[in-house]
Amino acid sequence: MQTQSPRSRKRLLKLKLNGRWREDAVAENQLLVDYLRDVAGLTGVKTGCDGGECGACTVLVDGEAVPSCITLAARCHEQSVETIEGLIQQGRPNRLQRSFHEKLGAQCGFCTPGMIMAAEALLRRNPHPNDGEIRLALSGNLCRCTGYIKIIESVRTAAETPA
Amino acid sequence: MSADPTAGAKRPGVPLIDGIEKVTGRARYTADLMHADALVGRIFRSPFSHGEIVRLDVSKARAVEGVAGIVTGTDCPHGYGVLPVAMNEYPLARGRVRYRGEPVAAVAAIDAKTAEQALELIEFEVRELPAYYTSEEARAPGAIPLHDDKPGNLEREVHHHFGDVSRGFAEADLVREERISCAEINHAQIEPHACLADYDPMSGRLTMQSVSQVGYYLHLMLARCLEMDTSRIRVVKPFIGGGFGARVEVLNFEIVTALLARAASGKVMMQLTREENFLTHRARPQTDIRLKLGMRRDGRITACDCEVVQRGGAYAGYGIVTILYAGALLQGLYDIPSIKYDGYRVYANLPPCGAMRGHGSVNTRHAFECLLDRMARDLGLDPFAVRRANLLRAPTRTLNDLMVNSYGLEECLERVESASKWRARIGKLPRGKGLGMACSHYVSGAAKPIHWTGEPHAAVNVRLDFDGGITALTGAADIGQGSSTMVAIAVAETLGVSIERVRVVAADSMVTPKDNGAYSSRITFMVGNAAIDAARKLKAILIEAAARKLEARPEDIECGEAFRVGHGAQSSLPFAEIVKEALVDRGPITVSGAFTCPPEAQGGKHRGGAVGSTMGFSYAAQVVEVDVDEATGVVRVDKVWAALDCGHAINPLAVEGQIEGSVWMGMGQALSEETRYVEGLPLHASLLEYRVPTSAESPAIEVQIVESHDPYGPFGAKEASEGALAGFPPALVNAVANAIGIDMDELPVTPDRIVEALVERRRRARLATAQRAAS
Repeated sequence: MQTQSPRSRKRLLKLKLNGRWREDAVAENQLLVDYLRDVAGLTGVKTGCDGGECGACTVLVDGEAVPSCITLAARCHEQSVETIEGLIQQGRPNRLQRSFHEKLGAQCGFCTPGMIMAAEALLRRNPHPNDGEIRLALSGNLCRCTGYIKIIESVRTAAETPA
Repeated sequence: MSADPTAGAKRPGVPLIDGIEKVTGRARYTADLMHADALVGRIFRSPFSHGEIVRLDVSKARAVEGVAGIVTGTDCPHGYGVLPVAMNEYPLARGRVRYRGEPVAAVAAIDAKTAEQALELIEFEVRELPAYYTSEEARAPGAIPLHDDKPGNLEREVHHHFGDVSRGFAEADLVREERISCAEINHAQIEPHACLADYDPMSGRLTMQSVSQVGYYLHLMLARCLEMDTSRIRVVKPFIGGGFGARVEVLNFEIVTALLARAASGKVMMQLTREENFLTHRARPQTDIRLKLGMRRDGRITACDCEVVQRGGAYAGYGIVTILYAGALLQGLYDIPSIKYDGYRVYANLPPCGAMRGHGSVNTRHAFECLLDRMARDLGLDPFAVRRANLLRAPTRTLNDLMVNSYGLEECLERVESASKWRARIGKLPRGKGLGMACSHYVSGAAKPIHWTGEPHAAVNVRLDFDGGITALTGAADIGQGSSTMVAIAVAETLGVSIERVRVVAADSMVTPKDNGAYSSRITFMVGNAAIDAARKLKAILIEAAARKLEARPEDIECGEAFRVGHGAQSSLPFAEIVKEALVDRGPITVSGAFTCPPEAQGGKHRGGAVGSTMGFSYAAQVVEVDVDEATGVVRVDKVWAALDCGHAINPLAVEGQIEGSVWMGMGQALSEETRYVEGLPLHASLLEYRVPTSAESPAIEVQIVESHDPYGPFGAKEASEGALAGFPPALVNAVANAIGIDMDELPVTPDRIVEALVERRRRARLATAQRAAS
């Protein structure tokens, strides 16, 4: 076994992850995306770039959409973090997940978790966005398959569905 | 193979059968596979553009605690490549490096930090050689060949001549020649490359899970490079986050990871950074085109003379096919009586290019459609009228012997002309606003595959067991385009059962039949036909069982969730009962379906004549509306109307998605996407520098599906994923010309290029005024 670097300082991270409180010892410089994927096993959070370029890793921190690849895990202490996995309630995908499925908002699906989380943040603060507002809210999330057409349509459809 | 009786029926859109996994985060892409027990792979890349390797010393790296394996070029003496005639690349450089970023050595270690520490201790020296970053430099007299067997750095020259070009130009009322160039672009699929290789030294077996679009090529190249028996290799495709051609070729990192896994006797996870994705490249080459067309006063094309130079990068890859496609697909869209084509594929000290959506056809189509518009203007003709003057009549064969069996271009033209209100609006928009249009087409799979083995072009197995579940097994790689869903629909519909009864197992060499993979839009046409063939065989077995059970003649039985005699008559049995009967004596059922393109579909007899050959071309027309800001040079696309003839939409939802995506990808190439290098060093190697359009810059795209009912396609279907792409860049350039009266000869049409053109126009106007004043 390799020895741990003595400079790697850890602290206790307490956060509410997808509705459940948990505590983990994390390195002070650990990125939120690595914590979510490697420690919490939430691989729905994707990495598509080398940091802050594509939005695939978007999660909600206290309801706000943030790129988890340029966010420190430690920053989320005593905060609520939500990932794509947390949107499922009693085995049922939420309205955005359903509309992205039914309207083909997801093709390859790699940008989808981040895209849905960005859209979720939008609908929470603006339940009835127009197309321009949807386009702006999702402009930090790159998709290479859809031309965004069916993504916009999916968000619009979800907005028309009761939460 | 003939059209199905149900052809012509409009189907409802079917959400992807693996869609729920994607929207819930449950879908496991390669990086998501369990790999806590795996070593971490890292690649040491050449910092030099061109040089002879003088020294490569990995001893210090090897000595680092936690390093489990190191491999270099000496570990693999076998060249590899997608084309059997051009395998001039090594997974790890041997003797020479030819581009910055070329893999030289690789490390597997217990964690990323240790692997990266080891990379820093690798000692690497080269004797630098002159490096060439443009086609002109590489072709200049006295340039040192990158590959000793390719003097002049020419990978391949193509000279094709069909019909009498000189007579054609003599008969023309107008002859015009243009030089048009297109920047190199990248696939930029959102999932970075990754693979997980697991080598078990006890059994001598290798399991490779990778992002490949063509697991079968990967399988063959792993066997070749590792000198392993193919039967000891298993290639599995997890969920894939987009391809667009990036993963059609076997990529060096895949073989490198397998070499590492064997060297370390274990499991190695390799995840490339976004920067490394750009270094691995394999996308559309920088292209210079000289195009000359002859046209009669009525818009009829009389002759085409086209010269194409592609800067292919440091290795062959798909290059020969790309330069052949660029010429071959000048044909198949319009009726052109004479064509001369000269193509040059050039080596340069940059990452190798490869196949990208619309492979080979996009840049020449761009030049062609731009020139058609300019000549229409010269002759006072409407752009639509020029296209209509040159339509083909199906069925026919082109001059280069390509089959055209169905042809919906005329209807595509009508649809977008009417939807965009072209006639009412063209020429009447305010300054700065413009409309442009263009046409395009693409193959539904190569009628002659690269690895020609004589086997059927596609095979699908369908299984039925006691549980009544129907399992379709296909090697076809679903990369997000929805191919597995298409297979499920084809099987369910042929049998008349609910799609929920059908499962699809795809792309695992241990259980699925070999497939030529997800490239050249072959899957719907070929795998779709094979799936229908398999389902028909199963249907025959079930009907025979139902006939026994219902004591009726087989021809009177209706197959479906319930089996009936005649039209819903009194005798009816549920599916489960018929399954029980069918399994008596014979046990679980597996049937195989196949599809083969006949020899007459496989192209002309001339050298390179197989490239471009297909059983069915898709056809597309589009209109683009732009707004050009003459102060900033920013071109905004306000609206796109696109129509595509896909023969028949087996899944209209997926067809719309493919058309929207391909049109939009054409927009990226037209407006903002461009790779740039300084001395071989990429300036574009992130998604911030490489400008993929965001949702804020993307227009509404109104899609129309045209159905020409191809006589050979599954339910009459053809491809839908690539054909519309090539029309966007020329439609945009034509719209810009309509808006501000400037013909842009370079892609992408960035604000700086527009401003430069506007400044140049003002400068010329001033000069002309001054000259007039002086005279």
